Amino acid sequence: MATARFRQRSSYINHSILFFMALTIILPLLVLIFNSVKPVEEFGVNPLGFPSEIRFMNYYDAWVNGNYTQIFLNSMTLVVGTLIINLTVSGLAAFSLAALNPRGIQTVVVGLYLLVGISIPAQLYILPLFLMWKSLYLLDTRLGLIIIYSALNAPFATFLIRSYMLQLPTELFEAAKLDGASTMQLFTRVALPLSWPVFLTTALIVSLNVWNEFLFAVTFIITDDYKPISSILFAFQSRFANDYGLVSAASILMAAPIAILFMFFQRRFIAGLTSGATKG
Amino acid sequence: MPKFLTNINAISWYFLMPVLFIHFFVIAFPSILSLLLCLTDWNGFGKINYVGLENFEELFRDRIFKKAVYHNFIWTIMFLTIPVIVALIIAYLLTGIKRGQLFYRLVYFFPYILASIVNCLIWRYIFHPKHGLGGWFENQGIDFLSKSPFAMKETALYAVAWVDMWHFWGFLVIIYLTGMYQVDESLYEAADIEGATKFQKFRYITIPMIRPIFILSLIIIIIWSVPTFDYVYILTMGGPAYSSEVVANHLYSQAFQRMNVGYASTIGVMMFFYVGIIVGFFALLRRLGWEV
Repeated sequence: MATARFRQRSSYINHSILFFMALTIILPLLVLIFNSVKPVEEFGVNPLGFPSEIRFMNYYDAWVNGNYTQIFLNSMTLVVGTLIINLTVSGLAAFSLAALNPRGIQTVVVGLYLLVGISIPAQLYILPLFLMWKSLYLLDTRLGLIIIYSALNAPFATFLIRSYMLQLPTELFEAAKLDGASTMQLFTRVALPLSWPVFLTTALIVSLNVWNEFLFAVTFIITDDYKPISSILFAFQSRFANDYGLVSAASILMAAPIAILFMFFQRRFIAGLTSGATKG
Repeated sequence: MPKFLTNINAISWYFLMPVLFIHFFVIAFPSILSLLLCLTDWNGFGKINYVGLENFEELFRDRIFKKAVYHNFIWTIMFLTIPVIVALIIAYLLTGIKRGQLFYRLVYFFPYILASIVNCLIWRYIFHPKHGLGGWFENQGIDFLSKSPFAMKETALYAVAWVDMWHFWGFLVIIYLTGMYQVDESLYEAADIEGATKFQKFRYITIPMIRPIFILSLIIIIIWSVPTFDYVYILTMGGPAYSSEVVANHLYSQAFQRMNVGYASTIGVMMFFYVGIIVGFFALLRRLGWEV
């Protein structure tokens, strides 16, 4: 009896601690959401609370004044372009390491090479890369940034896809080979259709990384018309410094696609992000 | 085609070519350039002069660099303690509940997927002296924040770290939770029979059992805190008066505002060596059989 009551009480304490910590995350997010529909005049009298009148015009202002159609397209171009290049090169490499020659010297050499690549801080190479991109006319272009993002995400994507492909039964490849499939067909007809779940997870994480990336976006794109959301939002915070309604609405427009994807694919996001860190 | 070009070994290399090429082109080659440029006084255009280790000598005299290294050090210590302790406790409490666990996990993890710029805008508003918390207290007649913590020398670094930790700790919760669920349930049952308290179970079962993943999380934090940049750059630009300057910011301003290519490369090389030493250290420990 006594222990049962004690358990009960300690579980109340547990729940209240957990709930309190959840509030530290939910409340700041609520403030952002409230602000995004708050009229400018109300910020002084009601800085944190729910707005007395909901004003969706902030979103319209952000979209129009911020030229958001263009900016969304820019970010989408970066995401799609990076996905195409990154998944192709990483998929091919993962297939080679997992199915073609898993016990070869390649696994060790490439694995080590990519691991060293992960631990290099971006600051070591960002300036020479900038000068290279300048002389190759890739600076201030979306293609230039797509190439960079594809490379940055390549080690992570290769490892993740490889670890999945290693679990595919080798008999499948043997059987296809007996049927006369070429190596490329082994990849496109056997490995790809079977490993779509890992490609989906990788695509989600790469999209997230590209969508949120800041350092390279702010450095390599100078013209406003080519900027993705992250660096344009950085420009907003000085350009519309006191228009908190507009800046909040713009932030939500940036976070919304990610939040929606997260709702649908929470498990993939969490598994992909944590395995990327713990395997890397 | 000759045989050696079509055997499985050669073919497996062809499949690796694209990723090796793009990775070399974007990361390895410019990194090597940086290792060479740190021995020069190049300013981005004009003649490249070899100056030997002069940049390194200058770096050790650079007061702002020393300050930045110190700030990075504080940053690492903060991240090794506060989010780790909070995440350990929260993950342990989460293992004890069934109802609502998924909800809590999603909420804690959510800030981790938000962009740095969004997180910064949220907290810049909340810590604003005229708006946010400052404005709210002012409306209650209390003078709470007369200045934004991001604008005060004494607090700037900690305020920035706060925002980054707010965004990061939920990630650790998930990592620790994964580790805790791998612990054999019978250990806890045995401890229950012995009459162990919750804290004792945490201290003598959970912590030792999740040690590998725990140490890994510490390595990740150490490595990730070296190139920390976004939050400082967005919120304070290293100011006021370099009070929140970190190494990556110092490098960035040397590189892109002053175009001191040689000097900036030197800072990058130092960061690389530091990370290399840490990674090498843990690799050595593992090789020596010390289970990490």
